[in-house]
Amino acid sequence: MDLLNALVAFLNFVFIPALAYGSQLALGALGATLIYGILRFSNFAHGETMAFGTAITILLTFGLQALGITFGPLPTALIALPLAIAATALLLLGTDRLVYRFYRDAKAAPTILVIVSLGVMFIMSAITRFLVGVEDIAFADGERFVVTARGFRDWSGLEEGLAIRSTQVITVVVAGIAVALLFWFLNRTRTGKSMRAFSDNEDLALLSGINPNRVVAVTWVIVAALATTAGVLYGLDKSFKAFTYFQLLLPIFAAAVVGGLGNPLGAIAGGFVIAFSEVMVTYAWRQVVAYALPGDWAPAGLLQIMSTEYKFAVSFAILIIVLLFKPTGLFKGQSV
Amino acid sequence: MTTVPQATLARSSASGASLRPVLLYLAMAALIVGTGFVMGWNYALTVVNMGLISAIMALGVNLQWGFAGLFNVGVMGFVALGGLGAVLVAMPPVAEAWVVGGGRVGAGLVLGVLTVVSLVVIRTRMARGQLATFVMLAVGVGGYLVMRAVLDPGVIAVEAVNPASTGYFGGLGLPVLLAWPAGGLLAAGAAWIIGKTALGLRSDYLAIATLGIAEIILAVLKNEDWLARGVKNVVGIPSPVPQEIALQQDPGFVARAASFGVDPVTASTLWVKVLYMGLFAVVLLALLLLAQLALRSPWGRMMRAIRDNEVAAAAMGKDVTARHLQIFVLGSAICGIAGAMMVTLDGQLTPGSYQPLRYTFLIWVMVIVGGSGNNWGAVLGGFLIWWLWVIVEPLGNALFGVISTTLPAGSPITSHLQDASAHMRLLTMGVILLLVLRFSPRGLIPEK
Repeated sequence: MDLLNALVAFLNFVFIPALAYGSQLALGALGATLIYGILRFSNFAHGETMAFGTAITILLTFGLQALGITFGPLPTALIALPLAIAATALLLLGTDRLVYRFYRDAKAAPTILVIVSLGVMFIMSAITRFLVGVEDIAFADGERFVVTARGFRDWSGLEEGLAIRSTQVITVVVAGIAVALLFWFLNRTRTGKSMRAFSDNEDLALLSGINPNRVVAVTWVIVAALATTAGVLYGLDKSFKAFTYFQLLLPIFAAAVVGGLGNPLGAIAGGFVIAFSEVMVTYAWRQVVAYALPGDWAPAGLLQIMSTEYKFAVSFAILIIVLLFKPTGLFKGQSV
Repeated sequence: MTTVPQATLARSSASGASLRPVLLYLAMAALIVGTGFVMGWNYALTVVNMGLISAIMALGVNLQWGFAGLFNVGVMGFVALGGLGAVLVAMPPVAEAWVVGGGRVGAGLVLGVLTVVSLVVIRTRMARGQLATFVMLAVGVGGYLVMRAVLDPGVIAVEAVNPASTGYFGGLGLPVLLAWPAGGLLAAGAAWIIGKTALGLRSDYLAIATLGIAEIILAVLKNEDWLARGVKNVVGIPSPVPQEIALQQDPGFVARAASFGVDPVTASTLWVKVLYMGLFAVVLLALLLLAQLALRSPWGRMMRAIRDNEVAAAAMGKDVTARHLQIFVLGSAICGIAGAMMVTLDGQLTPGSYQPLRYTFLIWVMVIVGGSGNNWGAVLGGFLIWWLWVIVEPLGNALFGVISTTLPAGSPITSHLQDASAHMRLLTMGVILLLVLRFSPRGLIPEK
């Protein structure tokens, strides 16, 4: 029985990857939930927005690297991130002006807006593929590990190694900063308060003299920042592939619904619920259990509840369970 | 009272409006004939056959969205299930697999179903509370683990049976035409399960739930090799029409081809496609007839009443959720039939080739562009958008080819443009969808 090794294996293979993945999902879900709260539709182009922001970051990163500019031990993509956010914000504001605004002024039904977002999704996916193609792209550079498995084994004398990749640390730190900024903005600034008022009760907000176009514009800019950051962090942690970002739509929606649509705090909680369930259900627990059990009672099987290909089934199952038992989500969201 | 003048109004404009669909269909036919002249008849027939299948899928989505306002973005999943139906019905059974693993896999699946049924019973019969939650959790997890314990050895045994060519149970070995209704039934079953859980909630939730179920169906098809060989693909699905090779060896056919002045190889490929076209057209016309009858029946009126005002329809005593479930199952079944037809046409099931943009969102573009709520519109949209989808890439290639002749040879822009033409179709579809939604939201042939 070796609980310390079991704990290290658990941290290494479950907790840290899930924490990083959860931060990425939380940022993505925050963007989706803000659009839902302010613009009142589920944006199917959200995954493609993340892909576009990441594609711009990749191009800028390659440009910077060609110029010989790097960020020392940190990935160069972090320097490119602010510019990519600006580009994504311009794209979203342009889309809003050309596409969404017409339907908002016409007070179109939410389902019509969802179908409109399908059209936007097609166009954005085409733009992203024009820019960087469909292949896998790895664009992380700088230091690879904060803690290496060998270094940890030498330091602790344990059998099990603990590796912490720098992208994982960066993900958690950047996501933390982004969330802190967002909540400061929503709770402390005048514009943020007007956004929340608009989300709670549109008519009352309009009566109090809040300018709806300004609220919508600010929302798109924030969504651009959140989506690009989420996309870049996911791409740094794994790699960039256009189709994968489309597939992220499901866990992101699941996280937003599980937390309660329109509720930012819920989106963060939902992101971590989905991420931890996905990783824990698809992880083969054999090693951890072998350490935790006394003597030689090593389990025969892999102790993997589902193979990793079924990770979508996990987000989906959680989504269904929440829809059946608590349709407004864990935190009270809107139910229009 | 006010219905009388409206009805007369509609009649007076009907004579002008009824010409429009005819003209549009003629224009579509002209496009296909033009394609035949420019790109060859073999190509044109390929486009027509997939156009027929696309039109059937569009009919299914139109049933759900146009009639009832249900937002199904899991079309891909139902289409893929229909394809699975074709494999399970038409492929010859693998006897050895049944011997080594049939019992275990069968028992495992029965245990899985029993677990789900007992979960539903507990949920409906037991008083809500912590005890019920705990019992459900215990039954669910326990049932799953027992199922896996029974199932897994069977699966391993089955997949070990000659894995290079079989490694799965095979099908029933029945005529492949039976696979089409069977594919529809499979899709209907899946739609019933998903509709039972997600209908009656908000419309966005149905959308997200169907998006999820489609991904899961695909994950199952890709990974459960014992079912349909996963990404190793099932090839050689029997064909309902004679094979090209058989025709070329048939002296009667060769003689007839020669009398038309066509060489036997070309004639056989064309003839096989024409036969398929006939089969598909029969299915499309039958479904179109049924959909038209349904649209005009009291049932169709009730559906549109529910779509336009759920609260009022519910107040009139209509069971909105039950009717939604009904039409959701029917629409998905049509998508399943189309999926089975497509796999029959290809002669193979390739789970890796199913992409949501192609099999879900493209069908949506067809319905919206054609005219949601109008069956003739959906069918036209199916043909038109499919034609555009296949024609945009060669068209883009030609266009970029002209551009690149003005560039110096070996310019990096040339190769980039060649890559880009593959993505032109996505851009075209998005632009068309947005333009139609903005300037003609009722589509080419609007609902009456």
